[in-house]
This record gives sequence, structure tokens and C-alpha cells, in this order.
Amino acid sequence: MTEAQAVIDPAERFLHETTPLQRIHHVLHRYPAISPAVVLVLAALVLGAFNNRFFLPANLSLVVQQVAVVGGLAVGQTLIILTAGIDLSVGAIMIFSAIVMAASASTYGLPGPIALVVGLVVGTLAGGINGLLVTRLRLPPFIVTLGTLNIFTALTLLYSGGQSIQKNIPDILLWTGRDVAIGPFKLTTGVLLMLVMYAVATWVLRNTAWGRHLYAVGDDPEAARLAGIAVTRILLSAYLVAGFIFALTAWILIGRIGAASPNAAADANLDSITAVVIGGTSLFGGRGLILGSLLGALIVGVFRNGLALAGVDVLYQTLVVGVLVIVAVAIDQWIRRVRA
Amino acid sequence: MTAQDSRRPIIAASGLVKTFGRVVGLDGADFELYPGEVLAVIGDNGAGKSTLVKCLSGAMVPDAGDILVEGEPVVFRRPQDARAAGIETVYQSLAVVPALDIASNIYLGREIRRSGPLGSIFRMLDHGAMRTKARQHLLDLGIGTLQSITQAVETLSGGQRQAVAVARAAAFGSKVIILDEPTAALGVRETGQVLTLIRDLRDRGLPVILISHNMPNVFDVADRIHIQRLGRRVAVISPKTHTPSEAVAIMTGALDAASSGSPAPPPMTTPAAAH
Repeated sequence: MTEAQAVIDPAERFLHETTPLQRIHHVLHRYPAISPAVVLVLAALVLGAFNNRFFLPANLSLVVQQVAVVGGLAVGQTLIILTAGIDLSVGAIMIFSAIVMAASASTYGLPGPIALVVGLVVGTLAGGINGLLVTRLRLPPFIVTLGTLNIFTALTLLYSGGQSIQKNIPDILLWTGRDVAIGPFKLTTGVLLMLVMYAVATWVLRNTAWGRHLYAVGDDPEAARLAGIAVTRILLSAYLVAGFIFALTAWILIGRIGAASPNAAADANLDSITAVVIGGTSLFGGRGLILGSLLGALIVGVFRNGLALAGVDVLYQTLVVGVLVIVAVAIDQWIRRVRA
Repeated sequence: MTAQDSRRPIIAASGLVKTFGRVVGLDGADFELYPGEVLAVIGDNGAGKSTLVKCLSGAMVPDAGDILVEGEPVVFRRPQDARAAGIETVYQSLAVVPALDIASNIYLGREIRRSGPLGSIFRMLDHGAMRTKARQHLLDLGIGTLQSITQAVETLSGGQRQAVAVARAAAFGSKVIILDEPTAALGVRETGQVLTLIRDLRDRGLPVILISHNMPNVFDVADRIHIQRLGRRVAVISPKTHTPSEAVAIMTGALDAASSGSPAPPPMTTPAAAH
């Protein structure tokens, strides 16, 4: 053993020598929320330098209100992407739930709280349908949710007749649009609800066995199965929980626009994926933080708002978001390449 | 422990059959593991070693045949069933999750919750307890070289990953530890450590099933050698009465098992009793 040791030793000192780039690599690998946080701060500083209105509390409040819906969806989207899945139907489930909530009260006369519960149940079941198709028929999540995106959109239009529901919406459904002043910032209860969703999801992923198993299933499903995790049950539960989160976000949406519209938030499906990816969660599953998705949603919101204030055309804003997505995925690929 | 006890197998299997479409994995295989022994399972590629072991560890369900644990018939539908019976397996793939840290991997699937309402109502995990105990499990096996118990497993070397997987099995295996090709990916020094680990487990009273291609390793640690050929057990030999080349000859069919001398008898005494 000592002879083997002597042979190893000359090389040993090189093992501990690292370049600054390797050290950055290591830190980013260990704390995946750092890179989106740095991007957010840099983006805010640069965009703030172009227009001094950017840092006004009223403007920052507006940015946060604008990302509340996409931010809420991104919580559920993160859970699914952590399992190495993807959900293209998030916006469709949200709008379907919103129409069901509003119509239950406005058209069918159910009391507000019951209408809310009906909407939450419908959203959860819609997520469950995705989960059943993924786990029982073993179809790729991309295909399943591409199909259910169209199905839920069609159901929404059939159910609503293509019409927005604006009249007789009970107060409880509009509660999420109520203003809340925190110091100079004017937020809404919907924004606070979104932040609570992030706090709860972060805690659950970190401190429960279910949370650890979600990462394990996404990272290596066969290893998870052999370690005794009921992989199918974890996947199904992830889609159910995500469906519930999309329905909660439907509540935020109704409060934000003061109505339930079948045509609202049409870009929400892809915007939620954008937020998750920019937030540093890997599309290959098993890696990422829920908090990163909030940062990702804020980054997109800050870029759109800051560029608009700087007088940049909306088309260029979209172009910038596209570049951001590609850069984020490229950084993720680099971070994943760890030295053993 | 009396000689009578030691003659009753901890795990026995008879007539195991497992087919994959038209491919026959097991064709009526028998198996016995006795208390306190290291039993090596050898065989050519496709002889059904891994399939046999997967049936014993619950990773596969045999089409036919019986499995007995301490004389009681059992049916393993999932790996959890075998684990509940005290059988722990270190798979060739190790079954560790690269992105999770060492402590999370050791306790994966049987996490420790906090005491009190935080654990029972909020199902909150006790990260501190899991880390402390995981460190202790590694130290028990003489593995103290890891930097941190919170390191992600993907940052470890092959031998260190193996050590984590073995520590997990040893921490929870109350009756049997199964090791599937534990040295296949390791260098000379790390192989030596794993073989020492196997002897340690046996000396602590845990019987070990070792699946391996490596004849020197097998003859180094095994008390008995189960030879698998074409989906069946063709012989059980002792490294004391047979040479590695005889074992290879039986394995490949060049030597008829029946004509190669008497089969190895089950151990009369456990090593614990012999000491």
C-alpha cells in the first residue's frame, strides 16, 4: 500500500491545482442559482443606466406584477422539468381552469369559494391526465402535452363559446388583483400568492423525501427505481401537483385581468419554459432550483421592461429573450460537465 | 449457532425460470446461500448470473420457481420487497443518483424524518441526522477519505462511488448483501479495498453473494463457487478442491461438472463459530 502511495504522490499535487475558471465552474455547479442571479443584477444595472425611470418603485412594481402569471406557471413547470419532462400545456390548463372558475360562478351561479375549488380540482385533474398518459402509456411528455395543449385549448373554446367572462365574477376570484402596498412598492395579493408558491415549493423540494425523489427520478430513473423509489408514483404526483399550481395561477390571472378570457396569456406555455431554462434548471432533469425559475421570470420581465423604457422595439425584446434562452442552455451544458 | 442452523440456507431458490421474449435467461436454476459464507456466482456471458441475482433482489420477477428466505417462501415484486426482507444489492450500475449528495444517496428511499410534528405532519427530513449517520456508515467500512458527506456523487471517483453504494448496502442489509461485478470498473488498489470490504462483511456475520468474471478475485474471497451455465446451476465447487482452470472448464462446458469430483458441501460451521 505504501509503495502504491509513493507512485501516486507525484501526480497527487496536480489533482488539487485548479485554474480560476475551474473554481468558478465548481461554484456554479454547486450553487445553480448564482448565474441567473448575476444575470438579473447585471441586466437591471445596465438597463437602469439607460433610463433613470427603471429603478422607480412604481416601475419595479410593474415588472413584478407583469411576471406574476408566468412566474406562477414556472413553479409547476420546474417540477415537471426536474423529472426530465416538459409541459407544453401549462397555459392551456391555466386558461381552462380560469374559464371553469369564472363560468361556475357567473354562468352556473355557484358561490365564489366553491367555484374556486371547482377550478382548482379541474386544473389538478388536467395535470393528472398528462401524468397518466406519461406514466401508463409511457409516451414522451413532449408529445403528451403537445396533444393535451390542443385538447384543453379546444375544450376551453367549446365550453366558453369563445367568449370572455367579465360579468358577475365573484369577489373571491378577483381577490388576487387587490393592491398591497409594501413601502413604496405597489404589489398585488396575486404577486404575494406567487411568492408564497415559490417559498412552499422550495421548502418541499429541499425538506421532504418527495422533493429528493423528484430530483432522483429526473436524474437517473433506473437508479431511483433500484434504490426503492416508486418512480411512476412520483412522476404522476408531480403532474398532479403541477396541475394544481397551474389552477392557482389561473386565479392570479383572473385577478390580474379582471376577467376570464379564452384568449389571454397565449404565450404563457413557452414563456414558462423560458423562465425555467433561464433560471438554470436543466432540461435533462434532476438539476436546478425552484428559486432559479423566479429569477428567470424576472430576467425576462426586466429585459422586456427595460428595453421598452429605452425605446427599443418590441420585436427586439423578443430577439433578446431568444438569445438569452440559448445562452442559458449553453451555460447549463458547460456547468454539467464536471470533473470527476 | 449450531451446525443444524448453518445447514439451513438463508436464501434458497429452486426451478427459477425467466424468459425475455424468445431469449431464455434462466432455465430452471437452483440456488442456495448458507449463513456466514461468501458465495461467488460465476458463468459465461448469457449464463444467467445477472438474471438470477435480479430475481433474488426483486429487480426482476421470475416466470416460475420458488424463492425461500430462511425457509419461508417469498415473492419479490419490487426491489423494496427484497430490501424489506433484509437483502441489499449493490448493482453493477451502482444505482446511485449522480446529482444527489452522498448522504442523500445512502438514505435514498428510506429517509429519516424529524421527530415531533415537523416530521409527522410536515414530513420534514432530518438532514443533520442523515449526514451524521451516513458518515458513520462510511467510517464503519474504513472509508474516511471522502472530503464531505454533502458532496454530489458525480464528483467522486469510480472507487469512491462503489464505496458509497457498498456502505448503503451494508448499513441496511440485515441478512444478505449481493454484489454484482463490484470490481469490474476498478483499478488494482481499489479492487483490493473492495475484497477487504467483502471479508469484513462476512466477518460481521453478513453472508455475501458475489457475481464476478474475475477468477483471481473469486478464488481469493469465495468460500463456495456457484457455476451457472445456459440458465442453470451446473456445479457448486470449493476453491480448496478445484483450480480456476477447472472452474472455467465447467463454466464453458469443456468439463462435465458431474465427473469433476464431489460438489462442495454446505459449510458445516459459520466462520463466526469457527473463530
